[in-house]
Amino acid sequence: MNPSPPHFLPDGTVYGTLLNFKHELALWAARAAEPPYKAPPQAPVLFIKTANTFSPQGAAIPVPARVAEVDVGASVGLVIGNFEEIEPHPSVDGAEYAIKIESTARLPGVVGCVLLNDLSIPHDSYYRPPVKFKCLDGFLGLGPRCVPLAELGDVNALKLEVRINGALRQTVDFAGLVRDASALLADVNAFMTLRPGDVLMLGSDCGPDGNRPRARVGDRIEISAPGFEPLVNTLAGEPA
Amino acid sequence: MKHARIAWAGAIHDAIEADGQLELLTPAFKGRRLSFDEVVWLPPLAPTPPHRPRTILALGLNYADHAKELAFKAPEEPLVFAKGEASLTGHRAFTVRPAGVAYMHYECELAVVIGKTARNVKKADAYGVIAGYTVANDYAIRDYLENWYRPNLRVKNRDTCTPIGPWLVDAADIADPMNLALQTTVNGKVTQSGHTRDMIFNVPFLIEYFSSFMTLYPGDLLLTGTPDGVVDCQPGDVIVTEIEGLGALVNTIAAQASATKP
Repeated sequence: MNPSPPHFLPDGTVYGTLLNFKHELALWAARAAEPPYKAPPQAPVLFIKTANTFSPQGAAIPVPARVAEVDVGASVGLVIGNFEEIEPHPSVDGAEYAIKIESTARLPGVVGCVLLNDLSIPHDSYYRPPVKFKCLDGFLGLGPRCVPLAELGDVNALKLEVRINGALRQTVDFAGLVRDASALLADVNAFMTLRPGDVLMLGSDCGPDGNRPRARVGDRIEISAPGFEPLVNTLAGEPA
Repeated sequence: MKHARIAWAGAIHDAIEADGQLELLTPAFKGRRLSFDEVVWLPPLAPTPPHRPRTILALGLNYADHAKELAFKAPEEPLVFAKGEASLTGHRAFTVRPAGVAYMHYECELAVVIGKTARNVKKADAYGVIAGYTVANDYAIRDYLENWYRPNLRVKNRDTCTPIGPWLVDAADIADPMNLALQTTVNGKVTQSGHTRDMIFNVPFLIEYFSSFMTLYPGDLLLTGTPDGVVDCQPGDVIVTEIEGLGALVNTIAAQASATKP
């Protein structure tokens, strides 16, 4: 028997999604037509956050000395499972529960959602895969709990708030997705099977200037949304 | 020693190669020998621990001739993408060619299996963190190429499209992994032949490079790229990717519609 960890950790592969907010895709429209891209993306643009990136709730995330600032990609991940829907928390009443179950039926195989802090070294080009920018040790903050879909209802109605050292830096509205949760899940499963334990990130949005909130060593990053316990990480200098 | 992981008689077993047969390590059948034909071959990799999905890093354009073949100049630093474990399948498996695509090709690659947790490993120490080697066939479906995080996952991370095996060969048994001939045949005809000495970024370099920013764990995989000579594969084609000293990985292309039928 493996005892459950105190905080959520993925059992499977974590897939991230790029350019899944209409706002950021629109900012890229002109560049997307130019080399090296030559056309806007057709299929979902995906990447992988490898196991070495997993930082459980509350972890201090090491940032290499050569990296002045990191991009904070606040997102929600769909957690795939092979078991029946987890019962909602007792605070969810019956009538509300029925509505929420209906809204989750469009996400087959998904047991719940987890808040994610997808950190990256800022990079201007989306041409080549981002392993060296996104797969540094600890660069994926994981929310404390996989919240059952029946507790959350419509994932596409979520709004996240990103605070750095207590100051509100970004509000992310998942109504602005290019592919909503259901469409993304279907388009990904069309060519690769998401397995129990895998996590599919819905994507992160940028600000009006095209950038994500930036944070540096010593900063405390908090990502919060109704129905979730906030995800908190601090950035630490890399151990010598 | 050559290690395999197989399904036989209702269960999964670890086995080793012995006199041209598989010798089971499972306590109940310990010492029993089976022919290669009476088992189902799985990827020769032990499962990873809970909460630590296997990291699979794959190199693009890591042989100068293949980079030229694809009309790219050789990269100045490794071009790497990550893959999910769900894309792996074993020796003698079927790989599905999607309906309606024009160009699906194999890629014969030396696969490095990490044996020890590796962080900030120098080139000179790199061989010390390697458990062994196997053969991977990292299929690509070029119809789906897009220029966003290229090569994109729809090209490179498909179910059944990464056969690996047959054996995990202990690192100690391979005197110099940078001195191995690679070859691919399609229906018995040689279509790709190359040599690991022609890698742009060799195995010690790659381990130093990756471990400089990410921890590699036991069981993680590095697929080190493919040389010149990729061709389209059609349903029914038998693709054999072979590396000197490691073995021959056999794979058959299946049409999408018939994949679930006998």
